[in-house]
Amino acid sequence: MVHDALIGPFTEFEFMRRALAAVIALSLAGAPIGVFLMLRRMSLVGDAMAHAILPGAAVGFLLSGLNLFAMTAGGLIAGFAVAILAGVVARSTGLKEDASLATFYLASLALGVTIVSIKGTNIDLLHVLFGNILAMDDQTLLVVAFNATVTLLVLAVIYRPLVIESVDPLFLRTVSRAGGPAHLAFLALVVINLVNGFQALGTLLAVGLMILPAGIARFWSRDLTVMICIAVVAAVVSGYAGLVLSFQTRIPSGPAIILVATVFYIVSVLFGRVGGVVRQMFPGRHLEA
Amino acid sequence: MAQLAFRNVTLGYDRHPAVHHLNGEVASGALVAVIGPNGAGKSTLLRGIVGILKPLDGSIHLGGLDARDIAYLPQSADIDRTFPISVFDFVGTGLWRGTGLFGGIGKAAREKILRAMASVGLNGFENRPIGTLSGGQMQRVLFARVLLQDARLIVLDEPFNAIDSKTTADLLALVKHWHHEGRTVLAALHDMEMVRTHFSETLVLARGPVAWGPTAEVLTPENLMIAMRMCEAFDDSATACAADDVSSRAA
Repeated sequence: MVHDALIGPFTEFEFMRRALAAVIALSLAGAPIGVFLMLRRMSLVGDAMAHAILPGAAVGFLLSGLNLFAMTAGGLIAGFAVAILAGVVARSTGLKEDASLATFYLASLALGVTIVSIKGTNIDLLHVLFGNILAMDDQTLLVVAFNATVTLLVLAVIYRPLVIESVDPLFLRTVSRAGGPAHLAFLALVVINLVNGFQALGTLLAVGLMILPAGIARFWSRDLTVMICIAVVAAVVSGYAGLVLSFQTRIPSGPAIILVATVFYIVSVLFGRVGGVVRQMFPGRHLEA
Repeated sequence: MAQLAFRNVTLGYDRHPAVHHLNGEVASGALVAVIGPNGAGKSTLLRGIVGILKPLDGSIHLGGLDARDIAYLPQSADIDRTFPISVFDFVGTGLWRGTGLFGGIGKAAREKILRAMASVGLNGFENRPIGTLSGGQMQRVLFARVLLQDARLIVLDEPFNAIDSKTTADLLALVKHWHHEGRTVLAALHDMEMVRTHFSETLVLARGPVAWGPTAEVLTPENLMIAMRMCEAFDDSATACAADDVSSRAA
């Protein structure tokens, strides 16, 4: 019975195996990016960027259908265009970068939804907004895996300057010029992973599998490496449990994955070892030193 | 021999000068205090020296030093202490010159880091996240990192702010040790008694140089009064600097 509910869907159906493979690839790459987004206080920037990539991905979708190559290319172009435009306006007018980004992402989202609704159907629009990980073909899965691999390799290259730039940016500027390129590469990884999550979770929830696991990890460790590991595990488990929930209850897969991650997040807020509510209410006897 | 030379240096933000028309030299091995009221341009000057800020005008010469031969101790407020990094890893960033992007931290490097931590009294703090440290402990961490950098020019931005007298004494001893080793040290300070007692040379700043020379000659009530009267306000309708017109006509 338990085997049928938890393992059966994956042994029986190929689309479920593909979805599980995709969710693992998304988690391996997206969760570490989410941890850095959170620690650099950029969680909402990630959310804004997720909306900003919509018109590019929508144009790719209209030109080539559900082709992740075209959608990735379009999303990358739109994401970088919004990031650069927001940066240029902020620097040339004195408007804060987050306010500038908010303006551009809203315009971008409106443009994307308009493009899809004019040329596509309501089903297309729902697909773009919420994704469908269960409809993933081999080619798309390979693109997701490739993007995840690139993400992990680039993250390994920029890891050290990214950490130092997050904690002490002035120091990094005195010893190296790697800070600026590392930040730009990091933004590129954010966009790549948002586009990667597009197919599975849609534009509105793509950032969820990055930020929620990072938020969960924050309540369990004060060590960056451990936080990244916890975030990856939380993302994989949320993905797996969300797929099972979706299969058994017919809830759409993307929202199911994010809802499971939200449950883990609430449990972490309540019972987390680092700053959890219960821990703060009942801290136990104080220590010797 | 000059370790640092300022040639009509103006540093600032958005065309507004924070330090105006500074000329002078710092000899190799000098121990220089930079003093002045809040907003006098002390931190801006130090940021210009270490290359974080480019001069709006003029130039700063580093006497042939590579940027990596300069160690900079920023104000604690510039550091994000909520970031989950241990004291050991934070101090270890001082080895960047040797490790760069990919270099590993081997046994010898680990021992260096531990020795630097021991030198500032941080034994046993290796695994503590920096967010759990007191202000004085964090300042010791920053000094340990400077120690690891093993630089010829050391630039300290308000290194003794808000720390107790014992920590101040320990860290001041370290500064004097660097001086005796022949390193050039510049420190932005507020404690006049400390400057008078321990620093042989002083630059009094008030958005421009008020006086610069031997501390006993420079640290006078008159100079301090001039610095205190400095105008801190930004003037949005300020015209282009007249001194620049004069210097360009002379040229």
